[in-house]
Amino acid sequence: MQKKSSTREAYGRTLVELGKNCPELVVLDADLSKSTKTSEFAGRFPDRFFDMGIAEQNMMGAAAGFALAGKIPCASTFAVFATGRAYDQVRTAIAYPGLNVKIVATHAGVSVGEDGASHQTVEDISLMRTLPNMTVIVPADALETAQAVTAAVEMQGPVYIRLGRPAFPDIFAEDYRFQIGRAALLRQGGDAVIFALGLMVSRALDAALLLAEEGTEAAVVNVSTVKPLDREMIIKMARKTGAVVTAEEHSIYGGLGSAVAEVLGENHPVPLERVGIRDRFGESGSPEQLLETCGLTAKHIAGAVRRVIERSGNP
Amino acid sequence: MSENQQLIKDLEEKARLIRGDIIKMLAEAGSGHPGGSLSSVEIVTALYFRVLRLQPDQPEWSDRDRFILSKGHAAPLLYAALAGRGFFPREELLTLRKLGTRLQGHPSRGMLPGVEASTGSLGQGLSMGLGIALAGKLDQRDYRVYVLLGDGESEEGQVWEAAMAAAHYRADNLTAVLDYNGLQIDGPIREVMSPLPLPEKWRSFGWAVREADGHDFRDLLDAFAWAAGVKDRPSMIVARTVKGKGVSFMENDAGWHGKAPNAQQAGQALDELGAGS
Repeated sequence: MQKKSSTREAYGRTLVELGKNCPELVVLDADLSKSTKTSEFAGRFPDRFFDMGIAEQNMMGAAAGFALAGKIPCASTFAVFATGRAYDQVRTAIAYPGLNVKIVATHAGVSVGEDGASHQTVEDISLMRTLPNMTVIVPADALETAQAVTAAVEMQGPVYIRLGRPAFPDIFAEDYRFQIGRAALLRQGGDAVIFALGLMVSRALDAALLLAEEGTEAAVVNVSTVKPLDREMIIKMARKTGAVVTAEEHSIYGGLGSAVAEVLGENHPVPLERVGIRDRFGESGSPEQLLETCGLTAKHIAGAVRRVIERSGNP
Repeated sequence: MSENQQLIKDLEEKARLIRGDIIKMLAEAGSGHPGGSLSSVEIVTALYFRVLRLQPDQPEWSDRDRFILSKGHAAPLLYAALAGRGFFPREELLTLRKLGTRLQGHPSRGMLPGVEASTGSLGQGLSMGLGIALAGKLDQRDYRVYVLLGDGESEEGQVWEAAMAAAHYRADNLTAVLDYNGLQIDGPIREVMSPLPLPEKWRSFGWAVREADGHDFRDLLDAFAWAAGVKDRPSMIVARTVKGKGVSFMENDAGWHGKAPNAQQAGQALDELGAGS
């Protein structure tokens, strides 16, 4: 059994580490600090932590204000509220003027589990990706989360980081170096390529193992930065394999699948299969049940690879 | 004439010129919002020409007082005041709303010196002002933050989220001014969606509240001096105003909320203001 680590806890620990050397870092939350793990920062630096209560619109506006005054605010809540409830505040107060606000949202996707559809955003990547000036990052494990949060705080401009509720399988070794805008080839393969993000990266690697048993070699690429997208890597791997699969715990509309389709369509059209949530809301259930119900397992990804290879005419 | 009388007279003259600039800008642009620009002229003139601590040649000076126009549709007023204080050349006022201008239809942070925040989507300015105020407390800086709200804008829920949070964090370096002109696009606020009673609502949210005549500089300057002395609470000045103030045919007419005067109407308005080109 693969070791798993909480990306939220990695976020909380990283905030504390950054807070030691970055006096400009302030953290805001909307009454969910124990869930988002900003409570770690709150305990260590109480003067620089602001619980804004159950009022996400005001939290995003206040975060904009902190940035206007030269601070580096990290604003956290569940992803559905950060991007949906406060969309116009993120849009007009933060993204439009390009303010230096970091939105680190947890509990994205159906793996929220039992709370059901009201708490499971399947559209947040889409909402954030279409905002000019916004950088969008979806880390694949705890180690990458820590590096992504650090990179976001070190860069100038608005960033959206999407984290999940459950612990993610550990993928990266200590020597991994995340770079904003750079996708990482995790497994070589010439028959097809799987572009994945977040929780689906470990599942894509599992799918590649299943496929290898059948003699099919699928490459796996971690596309943790959805925007700016690593177009070069996407075009290069599409040319190499001629068969592309995307995998994300998000709607097939507007997320990674759409982003990859846009690049392929304009540059190198090849058959594409998108593994993602097919135009539906989530529901209550255990995370694993919901991932199975929504078609988000290694088995589903492997099936998509077989289909896309069939369509590519090079089976 | 006493020093104080001279100051008031000077401010009244500034206000007259700013009203003239607003009419000229809107007529040239062919669109925009005269009613709520004219109603706030004395409030914004008092701030920019007397109250705010600014260095127009250093618009990003870190110890400056901040003014956020939450009712962003009054942008022509903000631009006229900024140009009047020398933040940018006054000739640029006539580029309002034209392609490539720094004078966007609603204020855009980063484009024009002196514009502190991107506003126009109503209800957002007070939250931003609160963030700046809390940062000022954190850094032990003594700048103050002023936010101008509309009365119709007070129908936005976010205004009250910000009101709650500002009182909770005892942001006494934050002062809001309410342009209480009683009208919104669809008609009188009490008929469209009443946010009344406004002073009582702000008091109940934990703010120090003072009412003022929004067209009387003496009263406004007294109110700003009062606000600067409030401790442990944010302060609210409810300023009673007349929408379209200063132009007879625009006064108290919701129809002039978002309609520019044509050349003939602009001429009449400028004649009334004694601010002909």
